[in-house]
Amino acid sequence: MHSSFPYLTVLILLPAGAALASVLIPRHMEPRARNAAIWTCGMGGSLATLVLAAVVAVKFDVHNPGYQMVTRHLWVSGLGISWHLGVDGISLFLVLMSAVLFPIALVAGRTRPNFHMFVAWMLLLEAVCIGAFLSLDLILFFAFFEVSLVPIYFVISSWGFEKSASAAVKFFVYTFFGSIFLFVGIIALAIVHQHDTGVLTFSLPALRSTHMPYYVQVLLFLSFTAAFAVKAPVFPFHTWSPDAYAEAPVGGAVVLAGVMAKLGTYGIIRFDLNLFPRASVNLAPLLLSLGVAGILYGAVVACTQRDMKRMVAYSSLSHIGFVVLGLFALVGAGLSGGVLQMVNHGLIVAALFIAIGWIYERRRTWNVAGLGGLQKPAPVLAAVFTIAMLAAIGLPGLNGFVGEFLVLLGTFIAHRWWAVVATAGVVLAALYMLWTYQQAFHGPVDKEVEETTRDVTWRELLVMAPLVILIGFIGIYPKPLLDRINPSVNQLVSQVDKAAGLRAPALPARRAARVSGAVPRRPGTGKSVAARQRAGVSGAASAPGKLVVSRPLRPGGGGLGVAGGQGRSR
Amino acid sequence: MTHAAWVMPALPLAGFVVLFFVGRRLGDPLAGWVGTAAITGSFVAALVTMAGLLSHPAGPAREINQSIYTWISAGGLHVKASLLIDPLSLTMALFVTGVSAVIHLYSIGYMKKDRDYSKFFVYMNLFVFFMLLLVLGGNLIVTFVGWEGVGLCSYFLISFWFERPSAASAGKKAFIYNRIGDAGFLLAMFIIFEKTGTLSYTGIFSRTGALSGSAGVAAILLLFLAATGKSAQIPLFPWLADAMEGPTPVSALIHAATMVTAGVYLMVRMHPVLALSHDAQLVVASIGVATAFVGGTIACTLHDIKKVVAFSTISQLGYMVLAVGVGAYEAAIFLMVAHAFYKGLLFLGSGSVIHGRHDEQDLMKMGGLAKFMPITTITFVVGWLAIAGVPPLSGFWAKGAVLDSTFVRYPVLWVVGIVTALFTAYYMTRLFVLAFTGNPRFHAAIDTRSGGAHATVEALSGSGSGAGAGEADHGEGRLSGTAAGDISGYDIDVGVAHGGSGGGAPVHESPPVMTIPLVILAVLAFAGGVLDLPWGGPDRWNALSWLGPVFGHYLYNPHLSMAGQWLLGIVDAGVGLAGIAIAWNLWSRAWKRPELEPAFLASYWHFNDIYDTLIGRPGARLASFAYSVVELHWIDGVVNGVGSLMKRTGSGVRRVQTGYVRQYAVGMALGILALLVWVLVRA
Repeated sequence: MHSSFPYLTVLILLPAGAALASVLIPRHMEPRARNAAIWTCGMGGSLATLVLAAVVAVKFDVHNPGYQMVTRHLWVSGLGISWHLGVDGISLFLVLMSAVLFPIALVAGRTRPNFHMFVAWMLLLEAVCIGAFLSLDLILFFAFFEVSLVPIYFVISSWGFEKSASAAVKFFVYTFFGSIFLFVGIIALAIVHQHDTGVLTFSLPALRSTHMPYYVQVLLFLSFTAAFAVKAPVFPFHTWSPDAYAEAPVGGAVVLAGVMAKLGTYGIIRFDLNLFPRASVNLAPLLLSLGVAGILYGAVVACTQRDMKRMVAYSSLSHIGFVVLGLFALVGAGLSGGVLQMVNHGLIVAALFIAIGWIYERRRTWNVAGLGGLQKPAPVLAAVFTIAMLAAIGLPGLNGFVGEFLVLLGTFIAHRWWAVVATAGVVLAALYMLWTYQQAFHGPVDKEVEETTRDVTWRELLVMAPLVILIGFIGIYPKPLLDRINPSVNQLVSQVDKAAGLRAPALPARRAARVSGAVPRRPGTGKSVAARQRAGVSGAASAPGKLVVSRPLRPGGGGLGVAGGQGRSR
Repeated sequence: MTHAAWVMPALPLAGFVVLFFVGRRLGDPLAGWVGTAAITGSFVAALVTMAGLLSHPAGPAREINQSIYTWISAGGLHVKASLLIDPLSLTMALFVTGVSAVIHLYSIGYMKKDRDYSKFFVYMNLFVFFMLLLVLGGNLIVTFVGWEGVGLCSYFLISFWFERPSAASAGKKAFIYNRIGDAGFLLAMFIIFEKTGTLSYTGIFSRTGALSGSAGVAAILLLFLAATGKSAQIPLFPWLADAMEGPTPVSALIHAATMVTAGVYLMVRMHPVLALSHDAQLVVASIGVATAFVGGTIACTLHDIKKVVAFSTISQLGYMVLAVGVGAYEAAIFLMVAHAFYKGLLFLGSGSVIHGRHDEQDLMKMGGLAKFMPITTITFVVGWLAIAGVPPLSGFWAKGAVLDSTFVRYPVLWVVGIVTALFTAYYMTRLFVLAFTGNPRFHAAIDTRSGGAHATVEALSGSGSGAGAGEADHGEGRLSGTAAGDISGYDIDVGVAHGGSGGGAPVHESPPVMTIPLVILAVLAFAGGVLDLPWGGPDRWNALSWLGPVFGHYLYNPHLSMAGQWLLGIVDAGVGLAGIAIAWNLWSRAWKRPELEPAFLASYWHFNDIYDTLIGRPGARLASFAYSVVELHWIDGVVNGVGSLMKRTGSGVRRVQTGYVRQYAVGMALGILALLVWVLVRA
């Protein structure tokens, strides 16, 4: 489906252009006018992007689960690289969320030295992040994924706090190291595909049908996942994040945790599940375990943190654990919940970081040891923080609950015991959040603190308002989002089921047999595929008692070993 | 008239919104009146809905599902924001809104001059909204929304005077204890959805067959775990004692009359699932009666008037849970309603005492209040006799209904229940004697206080928050105590005693806006028994008999002869009177009897200490190990180790290459090459 107007291309070029413009504003202008011009560039660019993203969301066809508004131009013809963009229900809200968070992050990070560069880097980052969410070409995605490191590196190191330089380097090197695996994986996949079909391409839809030996699929899955796990971050690849979140300026922390981290989880759903369905299904227990470990470990460590930004960093680890859990549940409810939870987490973590930034502006610390009783002089600040905190805890009525509930429900249906353990994270989340809140906001307050701490201004509140409204709206009425996420997710789930259940093992003889429809289903898988699809697609409409949503398939029991053996036996 | 049922929760929500935005401008007392009006309107709406429901014939026609909109829909899960209006939910809604309206009215007086007067009503209205969602919810998730919402409001209101570290800790403790139960609620929903494919009550009840076997038992016991959190049963009860840090109307409304009964309601609501397993029923009944006993014994030993009433609540909730386990659902609801009347009354009476005594909560510093507070005293007598089980007050009938069924089904549990009834009469008589009779013991407290003038100003400027001034110096010790886990009840008593004793006039009667609610509740507590008198045949007319069709054959029928009923009734009454007589004899002679207050009981059977030793401290150690060893040394250590290794090898490479980025580019290129070769060779 080619749309007449290249919405998605413009969606990337608009912030990029604004970034360029803000750098080009002449230095010799009168400072005030220059600042105003930069400001106009920054806000104009990011708000225009938001408007355009909203237009895309409005024009988005709810009933079409596939890629929409697709743009494709051959870029490097010799290598089969193309400017290939498209949006579906999975990426739509990540794009929208980015478009919402960037203007907010810009305002929250205002009035810093070298303002024009801050605006430029942030807008460039927006362009790159949106580009990554829209890319349907693996090299294009990789380019965006990688380039995103540059602006955020400069944002952290130039406008961050005391140890920001080393935090930025650690972040850069760590994620760069992860990306190497992704790059190698992409190249290898393209070569395998070329070997298989004779066509060199990096297009995601084309590569999806690549036939490869199972062990190659596993290796490629692991190399892709390594990069995504570092970026997300998934336990235990997270240790860059507390440093980076704590040292980044508020605006940087918002987009780093809110948007950039989603590149990792988005990569998992878009590439891992699409390209390596069998490996995804077979290795799901590994990733589920990492997700659960992240949920519990992040929560436990968050309890020990007295630095509020680090506390949020570890709570993010916990929340990303929920996302990973949902994705690798590989059933409709879990995946939809996971996608929704990515958006939710972006909104919540942004609100938390901005509120913590307010605290810092007032008290010059975000260590709870130096705070206390803030609710008295700053009740509105306390209220806003409370809302964000409760959303993070997963209180029903706010957005975090919907995602968390779907994730846990989906996981429970597919992999019961992981969900049971993960539910403990729900308790722990309340523990560290309320403990932090109590230390910062409750308790007696010094006279001096009470008199010198002002509450939030209307202007500050205006910046936060969209986040709070969205947190409440998605909590009460998530239907507009789920209606668009579900079709794409259901399609993905059925693709994964089909591929995992029927494509195994990819031997030429079997391939021929499959075309003729003669390949026998692997024992025990057929029924559970059907059951899973029922859970994922048709669901409760079926007759009473009939909805026995059984465990998902794990083809061939110890799939890795068996299939690996087949690979070798060739 | 039932189609307007949504008005019931909508009015408190509207009250919340209005007060949230303009409450501060409305101020004292207008904000309080607005809040009270919203709840009263909701009560009227409940009455109208009941009239509508009664116009339908008894049976399934009185079960109305109202869907408002589709809330969550994904992967086979379709959750509607829906209400279920049936006699059970409506009975709950009626008494919740009714008692709430009365307590709102009382709060107008009690919270007078509090700095956050309007905020109090913001939270209270929000609470009633969530409570109505809880009871009216048409599926488990909507109930869960209410369930979490009331817990949240409870958190807000317990830590309402957040400058007191003890209040802040108590709020957090309540939330976290409840959260443990909530995890059980979530898991139960997952099991039920997996087995039945739905979460709506009517859907689940029509498919209970799918829940037979271990899944159903697991589901109901997990729901019961949630109930033990919300309804303060063993093992999750300790939070309720700390919850007394909140303003007294909060204790009356949330921590006695309504929210804490939510667990009982949930179990009653889910009775078709509970009925699947006799073992589960026995577990529920045993936990209930054990909690009743433990709570009753603790209440006999405490000095803080509110804590005595709090443990009395825990004990009474135990009776309700016992009734649920026995299968006497109607009796459970009967006791719940009667308890709401007399326990609300007792709490408000205690509040009146505390208010009149300028925020003094220590029974040791009271005595002889009857002379000063006539209305409070008379109404308190009604509450005291009602809970003690003296006929013909409501408590006698309600508790009798529970115990009769228990006698037939689980005779052993009945013995524990009847012993607890003795304790019940004993501790409440002790409280009454210590507070209202004898000679006043509060002059001493005033004399010892040098900073009396300051304390008086504080005490008058904001009923409860006045305690903050006196308490500031105790704050440190109490904070560290609660941080480690908890402190014994006795320590808290001392802390409050030091904080609260103000100067000025030693005692005064409360204003009419507080005494009128007392009178209303006293009348209800006195006559509440008429809701469900045990006489008459199967076509007997009782207000609560309209619940019958809801439970149908699930309702346990004890088959007691008339003589048996009389005999049990006489035993109940005799035990109650005996408890009163014993306590009166002991406590009217001497008010200091430490030998009757064993430390084991006064420290809550060491539940807090056990949790602290088994969970709190090991948990803290685990967390600090996770951070300082696992995180910093292992995980990050490996990362940094790899980093420095790279640096060292890098310094070798640096002779040829310069800079990080190039190094990685080279590494990348080599890696790609190696992989290419390898893939091509293998493929």
